[in-house]
Amino acid sequence: MNRKKKLSGKALILFRAAVIAVLFVLLALVVELKLLNRMMLSLVIPVGVNVILAVSLNITVGFLGELSLGHAGFMALGAYTSALFTLNVKGLPPFFTFLLALLIGGVVAAFFGLVIGIPVLRLHGDYLAIVTLAFGEIIRGVINVLPVTGQAMGLSRIPQYSTYVWVFFIAVITVLISMNLLKSRHGRAICAIRDNYIAAEAMGIPVTRFKIMAFAIAAFFAGVAGALYAHNVTFIKPTDFDYNKSIDILVYVVLGGMGSIKGSVIAAVVLTLLPNFLRSADNLRMLLYAAALIVIMIFNAGGYKARFLEKRRAKKAERMEEKEV
Amino acid sequence: METFILQLINGIRTGSIYALIALGYTMVYGIAKMINFAHGDIIMVGAYALYLLWSVAGLPLPLAMLLTVVICAVLGVTIERVAYKPLRKAPSLAVLITAIGMSFLLQALSLLLFGATPIKSQNIVQLKGFQIGSITVPGLPVLTLAVTVVCMVSLTLFINKTKAGRAMRAVSEDKQAASLMGINVNRTISLTFAIGSALAAVAGILYLSQYKSLTPTMGALPGIKAFVAAVFGGIGSIPGAMLGGILLGIIEVMAKAYINSALADAIVFGVLVIVLLVKPSGLLGKNRIEKV
Amino acid sequence: MKKMKKTVCLGLVAAMAVSAFAGCGKKTDDTVYKIGGIGPLTGSAADYGISVKQGAEIAIEEINEAGGIKVGDKTLKIEMKFEDDEASAELATTAYNAVMDWGAQAILGNVTSGACLAVNPLSNKDGILQLTPSGSAAGCTEYDNGFRLCFTDPLQGQLMADYAKEHGYNKIAVIYNNSDDYSFGIKDAFKARVVENGGEIVAEEAFVTDATDFTAQLTNIKSTDAQVIFVPAYYNDAAYIISQAIELGMNLPYLGCDGWDGVLAQLKDNPNAADGSVFLSPFVATIEDEKVQSFVKKYQEKYNSSPSQFAADGYDCIYVFKAAVEKAGSVANADVIAAMVGLEFEGLTGSATFDAKGEPNKGAKFIEIKDASYVVQE
Repeated sequence: MNRKKKLSGKALILFRAAVIAVLFVLLALVVELKLLNRMMLSLVIPVGVNVILAVSLNITVGFLGELSLGHAGFMALGAYTSALFTLNVKGLPPFFTFLLALLIGGVVAAFFGLVIGIPVLRLHGDYLAIVTLAFGEIIRGVINVLPVTGQAMGLSRIPQYSTYVWVFFIAVITVLISMNLLKSRHGRAICAIRDNYIAAEAMGIPVTRFKIMAFAIAAFFAGVAGALYAHNVTFIKPTDFDYNKSIDILVYVVLGGMGSIKGSVIAAVVLTLLPNFLRSADNLRMLLYAAALIVIMIFNAGGYKARFLEKRRAKKAERMEEKEV
Repeated sequence: METFILQLINGIRTGSIYALIALGYTMVYGIAKMINFAHGDIIMVGAYALYLLWSVAGLPLPLAMLLTVVICAVLGVTIERVAYKPLRKAPSLAVLITAIGMSFLLQALSLLLFGATPIKSQNIVQLKGFQIGSITVPGLPVLTLAVTVVCMVSLTLFINKTKAGRAMRAVSEDKQAASLMGINVNRTISLTFAIGSALAAVAGILYLSQYKSLTPTMGALPGIKAFVAAVFGGIGSIPGAMLGGILLGIIEVMAKAYINSALADAIVFGVLVIVLLVKPSGLLGKNRIEKV
Repeated sequence: MKKMKKTVCLGLVAAMAVSAFAGCGKKTDDTVYKIGGIGPLTGSAADYGISVKQGAEIAIEEINEAGGIKVGDKTLKIEMKFEDDEASAELATTAYNAVMDWGAQAILGNVTSGACLAVNPLSNKDGILQLTPSGSAAGCTEYDNGFRLCFTDPLQGQLMADYAKEHGYNKIAVIYNNSDDYSFGIKDAFKARVVENGGEIVAEEAFVTDATDFTAQLTNIKSTDAQVIFVPAYYNDAAYIISQAIELGMNLPYLGCDGWDGVLAQLKDNPNAADGSVFLSPFVATIEDEKVQSFVKKYQEKYNSSPSQFAADGYDCIYVFKAAVEKAGSVANADVIAAMVGLEFEGLTGSATFDAKGEPNKGAKFIEIKDASYVVQE
């Protein structure tokens, strides 16, 4: 029994590794052989960055069950610190410069996540939401007045280091870590906090410590995503990271289903691509995007999906019965 | 000292608009338990409606204002019925996202219909300021403040003293129990949205009177500021929204005047964070006791 | 559950395939010249992008009606595809690739500086001509293929500072948009030059995009001994500032920048409010000039609004493309870019000579507001 379980565990790892390898080969083929048009290819990195952002925010929103409206602030920290690093450090090979830049971006964001999380995570619900929004805006406001960041002029001519390889593997790492986080002892603790805060506390789970840890991990990946963003777009300015960006990320998470990593990934991919597919609709683009957002949300969460699926299942069962007869 | 008083008046001028918008936010939140992110955009719709009815169609001003309020109330109820009602049993975040989608939709529609170039409106309300000593107090902010106070008082009376108001409070406490008591929950929530959106229309009219310019994105910034104000005062609390709005306006102006105008927003948010850390449910919010 | 997801996925893949391959296999047509436009068509900068697009459309109509671009013995019709970048650097790169998929032979854009800076390296890699109508940040013309039609931010700031000195303004207050690179860039250069000229900035007040209330900043300025207020911002911000200053009982004159064109339309309720103010602009819609008036008339007929400076920039850019292609006698990228250097051009926004750095070297026009109308200062 025990052995079987272990085997299945190993098989699972192998299976996952195989899936990742296949996905990577497919992606590499598409990008290297230019199988898609340029617009689509230029979306590969933004899609990956948004996947990382969505999955990391899912740690706060989905697992902790707390609404965070300041994720773009952590992204900004990662983007600015990493960009300043690559713009000022000369002489290292690009690979190491970028690796260090990514780490610095992530660590700085995580540090601020920690510092902000300690006082803030005592709050709940909408109050926590507004305080995270406030911190996001404070971070942006301070970046906007620091001379070293170029202020409103932004930072330009950041080296274009982000490649689909980097983004793919970092996205995979983000997904794997949040999956394991969910399944680990810590993850179960975090879910217990979400499902019943008081019971969790009564069970002796150090609620605050776990919350802060999850918050800091989410901030770390947001910082890394910011670094990838900066080194893809090559130009950043404070307004790129305002609360609208936080809301965009939140939309991915909620639309994909809170707590569902798969959902976050799919929603981030679909919603990054959708506005660009709608380009042919010309000036109806934003209207269609907004309408699609509302319709998908109502369909997903409004019970229509459940009813729709049930009907189909019933029909199928009917057909099966007919066949049997 | 004179400059200080002038800045205080400026703060009240900004704050009273925030307060008026925050009243609608807090009203909808208090009863329906949802953050209606499209609230700011209903203000925009109200402003455009007034402009069309009065400046373009040439209706008399009082009639145009009345129709504006009616249009916004109907719009609010329609949005609730179409977009929010199907999600009443879904997690509150799902409704929040739908509301964000609705906000995008209203902005996109108005961009299509009216274009992005700011439209200039005529003077709507001409009010002479009055003189206190050497200081001129402008008329319009005083009017805005008065309207906000009237709205706040009547809203409080409505919720506490009327049958419909009691129904609202009951729905806010427990929808199921309320419906068992014979309250029509759907109608009560519709009424909430009608009143909330009518308040947004009033805010839209006063906003337009004050700033006299229309753009599709005009509702976004005051909307988010008013949301912050509502939380600041304790979301769900009607006097809290008023207090939060006015204070937010004053803090913002004082930060611009005496600290650094480039950092004003960051300072406002900083004060907000400190207040919420000390008083986690806002200035006048009720401390909810958590039940196991 | 799974089935459902599969259907959705399949649908998406199908949609992706259709739109993703749509651009492939298209050959360049030798009867058209394709211009890819990029700028904000939605969001809070939409006004500027839409104006550029509409101005450009009018120029294209005119040129196509008159036959087209003459290259050797052929005449090419102009086609334009204008993509939305929401003034965001990230979307700008996608939009750029979308117009390249369509087969753009020259880039009109980006309308905003930040987006332009993000697209520059890409267009340089493709070796395609990029002409920005309004990207005024210094870096927008850094690469050989990048040109601009407008003034740079630093140049505007310096010119206005010199103007202030000439007219005896020594104590100056500034209100600028702290979240906008255009406003910030002009302010920085202005401030540096004023100090250099021996003047003094007595107040430096900031605001954010979409702000409508400027009373706090104005009250601060009121308590100083400023002789003039410099407002490097767009016309709608300037209009708020001017009318709110009057409500506060202030009557200082203003100095502005090229974003000011259109300010009078926003001051309809108090048309004389801006009298005595001076700004720098290459284009004024109400000026007595045959070419300008014909453009304004066409624009009003077609779009039912008065053209702004952005619309004139868009219009001029299309004629610059035409002139460059005709001068080159070829549509090859390298030839057209080479033809841009030294190109002399006379348009709605004045006469320009493009240099190797990509700058238009335009003469600046100072516009004074007198009796609620724009007057060009000689």
